[in-house]
Amino acid sequence: MTAASDASARPAPGAGPILRVAGLTGRITGQTVIEDVSFEVPATGVTALLGRNGVGKTSTIRSILGLIERTGSVELGGIRIDAMPTHRIVQFGVGYVPEDREVFAGLTVAENLRLAERDAAPRREFIARLFPDLVARRDQRAGTLSGGQQQMVSLARALVNENRLLLVDEPTKGLAPRIVDEVAAALGEAARTVPILLVEQNLHVIRALADRVVVLSGGRVVFAGAASELLDDEERVQRLLGVHDASEAA
Amino acid sequence: MNRRTLALVAGGVALVVALALLPLLALDVPGVLPGPTYTPGTLQLLAFAMLIAALALSYRMMFGLAGLLSFGHALFFAAGAYGLGMILELLAPAEWPSELVFLVAILATLVFGLVLAATVGALALRVTGISFAMVTLAFAQAGSVLIRRNAATTGGDEGLPLDITHVPDGLVGVLNTRNLYWMALGILVAVYLVVLWVERSRAGHVAEAVRENELRVRVIGLRPYDVKLLVFIVASVLAAVAGMGYLLLQSGAAPRVATADFTLTLLVIVVLGGVGARWGAIVGGIVYTLLDQRLTALAGSDAIAALPDVLRVPLSEPLFILGTLFVLVVLFLPGGIAGIPKRIATGTRQDPVEPKEATDA
Amino acid sequence: MDTVVLLLITGLGLGALYFLVASGLSLIYGLMGVLNFAHGSFLTISAFLGWEVGRRVSDGTWTGLALSAVVGIVVGAVVAALTELLIIRRLYERHIEQALVTVGIALASVALFEGIWGTDPIYTERPAWLTETTEILGARIPNDRFLLIACAGLVLGGIVLFLRRTRYGLIIRAGVENRHMVTALGIDVRRSFTLVFAIGGAAAGLGGVLASVYYGYVSAHLGSVLLIFAFIVTVIGGLGSLTGAAIASVLVAVLQQFANYYLGGTGDLVVVVALAAVLLVRPRGLMGKAA
Repeated sequence: MTAASDASARPAPGAGPILRVAGLTGRITGQTVIEDVSFEVPATGVTALLGRNGVGKTSTIRSILGLIERTGSVELGGIRIDAMPTHRIVQFGVGYVPEDREVFAGLTVAENLRLAERDAAPRREFIARLFPDLVARRDQRAGTLSGGQQQMVSLARALVNENRLLLVDEPTKGLAPRIVDEVAAALGEAARTVPILLVEQNLHVIRALADRVVVLSGGRVVFAGAASELLDDEERVQRLLGVHDASEAA
Repeated sequence: MNRRTLALVAGGVALVVALALLPLLALDVPGVLPGPTYTPGTLQLLAFAMLIAALALSYRMMFGLAGLLSFGHALFFAAGAYGLGMILELLAPAEWPSELVFLVAILATLVFGLVLAATVGALALRVTGISFAMVTLAFAQAGSVLIRRNAATTGGDEGLPLDITHVPDGLVGVLNTRNLYWMALGILVAVYLVVLWVERSRAGHVAEAVRENELRVRVIGLRPYDVKLLVFIVASVLAAVAGMGYLLLQSGAAPRVATADFTLTLLVIVVLGGVGARWGAIVGGIVYTLLDQRLTALAGSDAIAALPDVLRVPLSEPLFILGTLFVLVVLFLPGGIAGIPKRIATGTRQDPVEPKEATDA
Repeated sequence: MDTVVLLLITGLGLGALYFLVASGLSLIYGLMGVLNFAHGSFLTISAFLGWEVGRRVSDGTWTGLALSAVVGIVVGAVVAALTELLIIRRLYERHIEQALVTVGIALASVALFEGIWGTDPIYTERPAWLTETTEILGARIPNDRFLLIACAGLVLGGIVLFLRRTRYGLIIRAGVENRHMVTALGIDVRRSFTLVFAIGGAAAGLGGVLASVYYGYVSAHLGSVLLIFAFIVTVIGGLGSLTGAAIASVLVAVLQQFANYYLGGTGDLVVVVALAAVLLVRPRGLMGKAA
């Protein structure tokens, strides 16, 4: 995986986007869930994919991975990946942290991680340093972990390999505030080496991590630009995301 | 009622009238029918084909409309056949007028079928998808075992002969095959109308919606369970009606009709005909019965006997040919026979009706 | 007492047979969502070919039987893997059609077996020891029961080891839980589909040879009969659970034996009643994952 290790180094400013999505339309059992979605993810930093509930953020992520039926073009590092089956796309250097964690409940923590290892030299030490809690619980069944610990497993499964892009779907959903900070810190750490496309509801986390934002509405992109441009405009945040800025209230 | 519906109804009525007139004509279709249409042998075969078509129609309602993949439909067909047979035998010594006894026996069989369907359905519908299929299979198997084991009342492996004491004279004997043919046609038409009525009813629409998306139906405040149970019961009772017709037509019931293989045959018929259309089940039933009969005749023919073993053995097994045909239809012809005109018209693949399984959500 | 012991051990023996069929069914269903009606045919073809080879080489001896077993295992694995590769795979993710196709294969293959080997059972020769009995706690137990139990025990142990110790085993266990997530980790889960079919086919193939020992004959319907009980076992045990299948196999078979003896041959009925009871109390089966 030489390509992947190249990508782990920060590319020079001005390098092209790592992910280019154009005209992506996704369907679940024949129903269109996203339509003609186009956006780009730069080769560095965190790009947040935002929008109200049910607007198609998860479907966009799943369409990129080929987990749902889709049409349109998806380029990773300039190479079309939309005709590939899911496992090839992932092998091509895409890490995926799904909504609701989706850890294998009947497998131990160690087995969950072992299953995810693709590289010849998986980054076990890195994972152990990032999530010391998991080392202690390596023989525990993932189903018996707390929500926060399961999220650590799910993140670790993606971070154990060198990736060219991470797709992270609502990593802080349903977690206690203290755990949210831990997850955010881990993502921040990961973002130093790999670009991330992040779906997130928590504005506090978005403010802390996101460099750029893409906002979906009605299954289409309605805003794409620098994070600050959107987040500093309270009225716009309210209108596009339907949420009050939690960090202001706090 | 628009013009198209009117034309369809008129066409349907004309078809039924034409079928009703067949016993009075002397049509000969060599290779398809064993003899001219007025002969008892041909009428018997056609009547049997129509009963199977009626049964397939009831099965399609469950599988195609409500998405319930049952492997136990044979149980209810057998319940109709054996139920009526056993009740007629039981009532043979009765002193009432024969017509009354016959009617009572039919009504009692219907009630029996209804109770059985409600019980099995209520239990089996507690699970969905493939588990449902297995559970219905298990119940049907129990029925099949009961029939084989209790030889004293069911005739066991020998089958149950029809006790004709109280059966109207017009429905007995080779000379009256014509009447039995009309009876079978009547049953087919009746089953068709009931199925049509259910599909057009509110319950039918809900059942269809349940097949597509159970969760959504639940969200709008309906209990999918109730609707599925209703469809299950109606389809099962219709199967029992076809079963009664079968008993009268064949002058007896064979244990084969209670087996899982018989249900599998039904499944083959419905898929062969096309799950998407009502008439697919009818065409499937008739094509299958005729094919089965002709292939059996072919298997015994000299032409086949002269072939080398490699060809002779498979070709002399009708079920081998039908099974292979079925696999090919599922692989390459989704939509079955009923889907062919549409495929030709549009030149595209028609998506088969694909019931979503709750188990794989 | 001796009757109870006899019924218990005979039940275990029959349960062993059920398990050899149900283990594959359960794994295949658990991993791929395919209800495999062709599984009985894997068993039957293995029984026939095992018998054909065994009797030609050395009929009625241990060598012959061992050879039959090997042939049965290989044939079962190969036929099952080919079925998956050539037919099931074309209908990837279309579960109802996959089940339908296996129905067609089952119907066609049984008819073909009838065409080749006839409709009547063919009685087979067995090593002398298997036709004798051993006395345990006053009960005279037919020796073939021990062979069945030992073989099923080995198969269970082997599959468990495979699932626990190998990477493919890990993939299969994960896939039974959530196969989409396995693909999303960059693993081509379809390769393990073929493997699971092969393993299930091998177990069924051994089951076929052992069934011919247990019943004393081979017939075109050997598989169909066992398949229905294996389905019941799989549902009771919980779809996708190997342990569930093992426990349910023994429970069902022992229950069947006792009911046949004490309740006037009602074994099959009692099994169905047990199935209904399990579904009422626990629709996902004894060890099944939550639906």
